Amino acid sequence: MSKDILTTQDLHLYYGDKEALMGINLNFAAKGITALIGPSGCGKSTYLRTLNRMNDLIPNVTITGTIKFKDQDLYAPSADTVQIRKEIGMVFQQPNPFPFSIYDNVIYGLRIAGEKDKEKLDAVVEKSLRQAAVWDEVKDHLHESALALSGGQQQRVCIARVLAVSPEIILLDEPTSALDPVSSSQIETTLLNLRHDYTIITVTHNLQQASRIADRTAFFMNGELVEVDQTKNIFMNPAEKQTEDYISGRFG
Amino acid sequence: MRRLFDDELAELDADFTEMGMLVSEVVQQAVDAFMSRDAVAAQKLIDHDHEINQREIALEQKTFEMIALYQPVTTDLREIVTILKAVSELERAADHARNVAHSTIKFGSKQKIPGLEQLIGEMGQITTRMIRDVLAAYVNKDDHAARELAEIDRKLDQLNHQIRADSYQQMRLDPTFETGASIYLNVSQDLSRIGDYVTNVCEWIVYRKSGQIVELNPANSDSAD
Repeated sequence: MSKDILTTQDLHLYYGDKEALMGINLNFAAKGITALIGPSGCGKSTYLRTLNRMNDLIPNVTITGTIKFKDQDLYAPSADTVQIRKEIGMVFQQPNPFPFSIYDNVIYGLRIAGEKDKEKLDAVVEKSLRQAAVWDEVKDHLHESALALSGGQQQRVCIARVLAVSPEIILLDEPTSALDPVSSSQIETTLLNLRHDYTIITVTHNLQQASRIADRTAFFMNGELVEVDQTKNIFMNPAEKQTEDYISGRFG
Repeated sequence: MRRLFDDELAELDADFTEMGMLVSEVVQQAVDAFMSRDAVAAQKLIDHDHEINQREIALEQKTFEMIALYQPVTTDLREIVTILKAVSELERAADHARNVAHSTIKFGSKQKIPGLEQLIGEMGQITTRMIRDVLAAYVNKDDHAARELAEIDRKLDQLNHQIRADSYQQMRLDPTFETGASIYLNVSQDLSRIGDYVTNVCEWIVYRKSGQIVELNPANSDSAD
């Protein structure tokens, strides 16, 4: 068995009395893209948020089961959420740059961590923006507001902001659903380049996007993981009828 | 949930089956015309061949359109791919039926060779049955029947080999028979090819059901065109 970087065992999540995740077992090997798909309310975004403890912010949430990042229990009392979110970064559906310059957006995490070395910060800004495939478009405007950028550029700056703190895992929650096809395609290309160095887990409603970029696809329904397999198998010959019905548009 | 795609697929499926029936008729007519040396029927068949080609093109266009507009996956994709591939096989089978019709006209009133005549008759029966049965297997989504049909194709290949041997034998015995014997050779080859195309359709029927691309044509199949 290859060493998994992130493992989920018997993960249950309740919003009050309502069980939103019903015992998810899902592991991720290092590197590559996994897409989480499923109808609205199936639990895929809820699951994604458990992976860097974003659900901690929601009142009334109870989580049982185990999530381990490199054998470290993410929900252990001693776990440091700031450290976790540095190693497991997240990009959201709506591009959410801070109302600062592009430069300050990218170094936000490092600055909070106390990094002051200008040369080092400059290097990280360039490297992160290059990795996010937006450097050429913004390099002459680094000190202008990130809010002036297009939606697609903003989203790539947000990806650069995550990359700047050197995460191992990048979570994305419908990263292109607010973007036009050209910007979506640029994000997809960015992710395809990043998958060689990062473990990427993305929630998407765009099935073609999952089939285009994901190495593996996991199908969720009603709070359960129905099936996970190589993307090719899911889209050509899924094992479960529910998967087939969903991806061929018979429901959902 | 009934999708618009399902309606269009049902229509495509019906058009494909209709073309299959047309090809089946053409093969039957080609065999009948040859056996009775009916040059008029043979010419009629040649004159109508373009209709099958037009149907093939229309079906191909429709499948491309459905792939582009609906982006089908899993069984939907397999249904469409099966039709797209099988339609070409049927069209080629019809081309060989047309070749048989040309052979019928070319044979004219030359003397028949009873032994070869009987073998060709056998091949004709097997071929026409295969093409009828492959349509039934397609319509019934019966991958077992498809696999069995591919077995029958072996018999067709054996007969083809025998006809070839016997024709050469005839040519050696009586050189004036050369033209007639070569026509038997061609017809035998054409019928054998029709069997191979039917077997290819069988492969797509298996694919549609299982997602597996299989090779059902026997390895020793004579595939010379």
